[in-house]
Amino acid sequence: MEVTAMHFKRKAAENLGDEKLQQALEKLQTKFVDGRAAAIAELPNFGEVRDAAAEIRDKVVRHLDRYLLHFEQEAAARGTVVHWAETGDEVNRIVADIARQHGLHKVVKSKSMVSEECGLNEALESQGLNVLETDLGEYILQLAHEPPSHIVAPVVHKSKEDISDLFSRHHASPRKTGIAELCREAREVLRPGFLSADLGISGANFIIAETGSVLIVTNEGNGRLATTLPRVHVAITGIEKVVPTLEDATTLLRLLPRSATGQSITNYVSVLTGTKEKGESDGPEHFHIILLDNGRSQLLGTELQPMLRCIRCGACMNHCPVYQNIGGHAYGWVYPGPMGSVLTPVFVGLENALDLPNASTFCGECAVVCPVKIPLPDLMRHLRHQQVQRHLRPWTERVALRLWSWVARHPAVYALFTRAAVRLLGWLGGEKKMLHHLPGASGWTKGRDMPAPSGRTFRELYQARRSP
Amino acid sequence: MNARENILARIGKARGSSIAADVDGEIRRHQRGPIPPLEDDLVKRFGERAVSLASDVARARTITEVPGLVAHYLIERQLPMQGVCWPALAPYGWNSVGIELQTRAARGDDLVGVTGAFAGIAETGTLMLLSGPETPATVSLLPETHIAILDAERIVATMEQAWDRLRVERGALPRAVNFVSGPSRTADIEQTVTLGAHGPYRVLIIIVG
Repeated sequence: MEVTAMHFKRKAAENLGDEKLQQALEKLQTKFVDGRAAAIAELPNFGEVRDAAAEIRDKVVRHLDRYLLHFEQEAAARGTVVHWAETGDEVNRIVADIARQHGLHKVVKSKSMVSEECGLNEALESQGLNVLETDLGEYILQLAHEPPSHIVAPVVHKSKEDISDLFSRHHASPRKTGIAELCREAREVLRPGFLSADLGISGANFIIAETGSVLIVTNEGNGRLATTLPRVHVAITGIEKVVPTLEDATTLLRLLPRSATGQSITNYVSVLTGTKEKGESDGPEHFHIILLDNGRSQLLGTELQPMLRCIRCGACMNHCPVYQNIGGHAYGWVYPGPMGSVLTPVFVGLENALDLPNASTFCGECAVVCPVKIPLPDLMRHLRHQQVQRHLRPWTERVALRLWSWVARHPAVYALFTRAAVRLLGWLGGEKKMLHHLPGASGWTKGRDMPAPSGRTFRELYQARRSP
Repeated sequence: MNARENILARIGKARGSSIAADVDGEIRRHQRGPIPPLEDDLVKRFGERAVSLASDVARARTITEVPGLVAHYLIERQLPMQGVCWPALAPYGWNSVGIELQTRAARGDDLVGVTGAFAGIAETGTLMLLSGPETPATVSLLPETHIAILDAERIVATMEQAWDRLRVERGALPRAVNFVSGPSRTADIEQTVTLGAHGPYRVLIIIVG
């Protein structure tokens, strides 16, 4: 996927003025934020489960190679072929090779954010394969030629009218307006695609070291269809998704759907191990799993290592006041919201995503709701620190900070400077003592007035009090 | 060096000489995490949770009552009386109540699928289905109506208990373990929940015993 994170500020400003988008984003608040709160409240030992979940993920990340090797061994014992890929391009090549090797042409895809990292659809289409997204949201985006704006609810930015228009244009059928009718139409359009596909591609919510299995959670059932009907199944996932045992996966499952959509469990949880059994009439004949690094291993041993605990629930973006107001597209790559503000700079280069670590009010809500206790604001602060260290901030900001730092280290100059500044601002504030416009800070005063200082600095007041 | 070696080398280097954990032993022990406290009556809890996730739930004293209950359900909703079922469920006298079931994997145009269940999970009201030659996975997936027959004795408190039961009774995992919690659904359009996405529109669970 093309990286447009450098246009964050411009796109954020555009999106703030987009009334339709603002209406769509309001639903996120009521459904996801309130839904999560209710689902957490019904789990009596939530705190204990959350501690355990964070510990499981932390343990895996600390000994990642050991768990991956165990996984690989168990998967191979069941006839699953495990591939490793350094980059998204390598994933695309491996999938294209599998398709060529087995003579496959029709692909049905279940939702996978990792495949978005790779730009898999375009790569496969350029090889002459027919690719059909089957998650309703992803299917809508495929018709609209748009990237997802949320990792769990990919079309949160679209209204049902947008979708009605899109369907009536592409399906050559009368325009439907009800949500249930639209869903039925998509089901009927996609069903023949499932039945005729020869390659099913999915992601994985977890891979299980104990059994060499892939675990997939879905609500629509498209994940089950895409991994049951075609004769070859390829699952693509990040190397960090491994968990030790079925029990560990179960602990994480108590939190993933609750944090994501406010569900106690998703409609389907599928644990897939190996290929079609002897005598079995359904299931794939070949099962491939691709483990993608794409920058993940770089995080190990750094301050950003806790980010590898992430289970992709989306709670951080649902609760983020920045995301809630600008939506996901402004972030300019696959992962939006606070988790994206950490991951995007890591995956595409800090210099290509300068605004993202700063796209936060540091209210801390993302860390509060994270089911695996990732200290997201600390990680963003660390990236800000790196930006300064690597001289990536604009020269005006760098000069201003150096100047300030010099002044702050020279108390006499500081006192002189602040005395002059408060008097000037006090005078500019006029009788009402309000500043409507402040040179150099117009972004701040455009939407609000700034109260003018009273005319004396804190140090002057303090001095006056000590020597009456 | 290929991708596998490169990735493993980078991970190994970052890990450094940190004390090697007993990963294999820990996986063999498969220790449970914290379990939420549940009420004692698991059958009641299972039924309540299943209904809250939009499954329909009926009780039968014995398996002989099941075909009658299924016929009643299908007629009441004006649903077709033909479908597919798992082979083990074929001999229960479906014909006598006017239901025609074929024993095979489901196709795209089958409208009713009748399955058993390996277990029911009371914590969430979830069915646990295992794939296999005698239990084709498509029967619970392709038809618009899924009917699951669940022995009350097979209702366990949590998924952890179900894993243990699977380890004892089967040893290894089948190709697919499918946990099913009600009809398929989507909330992709305006975050509004709609039942019947790509899988069944309705799920009837008949608890026997």
